[in-house]
Amino acid sequence: MLLFAALNWHTLFFLIFALFACFFAFCVLMTSNIVRMAFYLTLALGATAGLFMLAGAHFVGAMQLMIYVGGTLVLLIFGVMLTAQDGFVRMSTRGGDWVLAVAVGVSLLALLVVAAIYLPQGEFHADARAKIPADVANQTTSLGLALLSTRPDKLTATNETLAAGMSGYLLPFEIVSVHLLVVLIGAAYLARARRHAPPPS
Amino acid sequence: MADWINEQLAIYLSAVMPESAEAPGYLIAALIQAALIIQVPMVGSLVFIWMERKVSGRIQDRLGPTRTGGKFGWLQTLADGIKLITKEDLTPGAADAMLFKLAPYLSFAASFAAFLALPFATGWVGQHINVAVFFVAAVLGLEVFGVLLAGWASGSKWSLLGAMREAAQVVSYEVPIGLCIIIPVMVCGTMDLITIGNMQAGLFTNWLIFHDPFTFFTFWIFFTCATASVNRAPFDLAEAESELVAGFHTEYSGLRWSIFFMAEYGSMYLVSALGAILFFGGWNGPIPIFHWIGWAYSSVGETPTFAGWLANLFGCANLIFKSVVGVTVMIWVRWTLPRLRIDQVITTCWKYCVPLGSVMFVGVLIYTATDTWSPNDLFPHQSRASVREGWISLDQARSAGNQEEEEGEERVARGEDDFAENSNLPGGKLVLLPGSAEERK
Repeated sequence: MLLFAALNWHTLFFLIFALFACFFAFCVLMTSNIVRMAFYLTLALGATAGLFMLAGAHFVGAMQLMIYVGGTLVLLIFGVMLTAQDGFVRMSTRGGDWVLAVAVGVSLLALLVVAAIYLPQGEFHADARAKIPADVANQTTSLGLALLSTRPDKLTATNETLAAGMSGYLLPFEIVSVHLLVVLIGAAYLARARRHAPPPS
Repeated sequence: MADWINEQLAIYLSAVMPESAEAPGYLIAALIQAALIIQVPMVGSLVFIWMERKVSGRIQDRLGPTRTGGKFGWLQTLADGIKLITKEDLTPGAADAMLFKLAPYLSFAASFAAFLALPFATGWVGQHINVAVFFVAAVLGLEVFGVLLAGWASGSKWSLLGAMREAAQVVSYEVPIGLCIIIPVMVCGTMDLITIGNMQAGLFTNWLIFHDPFTFFTFWIFFTCATASVNRAPFDLAEAESELVAGFHTEYSGLRWSIFFMAEYGSMYLVSALGAILFFGGWNGPIPIFHWIGWAYSSVGETPTFAGWLANLFGCANLIFKSVVGVTVMIWVRWTLPRLRIDQVITTCWKYCVPLGSVMFVGVLIYTATDTWSPNDLFPHQSRASVREGWISLDQARSAGNQEEEEGEERVARGEDDFAENSNLPGGKLVLLPGSAEERK
């Protein structure tokens, strides 16, 4: 009961999801079977989506489910299945890889911890929120508008380049779209049926 | 609901529970909601399996089950369930035991999770997500993961082939489904399922399927693709009994096997309900009796009344009726049409559904942009924009309330204000945002 007093429900669910994510991420490291890895990765990414949902970022949470959990893992499974050889399904990590992975992991963790501690938190957020007009505050609308080059939180910006219509993400959005189209066409080209020359009659 | 439970707990358990604790209330409320939602796929599959037997019997000029449970054989599914429980739970020697055992649950969990965001009436939803359409579409695609794992973990050729086919099929059909879902979203200008449902209030002419000829065709494309994405005949290649024994669930027996079927029937209901909300007015009946007598809520956030609750109950019944009709059509189609070959399934998707969906998309775009007359204008119930406005004003009220609350707390902290304590009265605070408890402490 004392535990309940210390935790509000938000913290409680945050802890549950965070523990899930960390535990299954650890499982991904520990297993050598590649399909199990994919399975644990799904659960870890799903728990991360839960964290986003808990933070009220429904769009990002759904995006996490759609792109990471859905797309990437189904692709991974396809890759595994199409190359389901014994040598590939069981993967063992050699000593050198371990050292490299630990170095990268620890440096990334250090970076994140530093960022989490030293970034100004409360006032930064409240400031940005106050500038958003109330009619788009709690909705995904602001995201959509930003992709169409109008950022609701910059409407009152005095800076010329950040004023309305100049601060959005239309160009990156278009570049990414065209890039994805190129990837699609490339994939279709690679996957096309190879036609052999007709046999001489 | 969580606040109410907390108040009750505070009354009865004041001796053991500190005043500030609010986790138990939210936990209990979440459990109650989850328990209510899980009834939909569980009881749904109970009814639909019986219905499948009866309908298939009638279509094949038989009676179907007649004896179990007295009349009509209505307890047949329960008898099936008991039989399945008594069966031995086999795990093949070549299987990856852990994944083999977990796969059915993964499949069911994905099917169940989508119900989280599916509204049953104005404000009756497990979790109100303002991108609910997107969430449901995302979760719908995850069900295939359980199937893939099941196929791989079984260690059998039949299972692997079945799972591969199903994966190819489901991943392909996600594309036309996405295209079809986008069209109502485009017409309504929101991804919120509750708002989309409320925008179709009024006479049945207000339903989005009657918006223009393009949305009319879109619904049929949507329904075809939905049938394919939940692996129902004529698209049930993955479970083809005659070629693949039973596809991905060849090696499963007993209860684990039946969990796959619960997931399948749950998904059938889910896509039907989604179609009903997106195209058939959701919980709005063909004749808006409750709107005429003024009982129904017109938007979320109104003060709860008994009349509104009653209207919601009938709305819920309406939605369930529409969804069951959708499921019945799926059953009817299954027992009427022969199974397609795998190349035909994929051809139907990429060469027919996707181009047709794209044409419909452009068509609706032009239709809306040119403001052509649509049957929706015949008996307009309300301006669609006003429904969105209602939401926006609710949001404004919320954020204004939060600001007042924060300001009040600041004033309390500064010791300036006396009446701020009044805001702790029951009903004084409507919206509880995460984090506000910490601030109160």
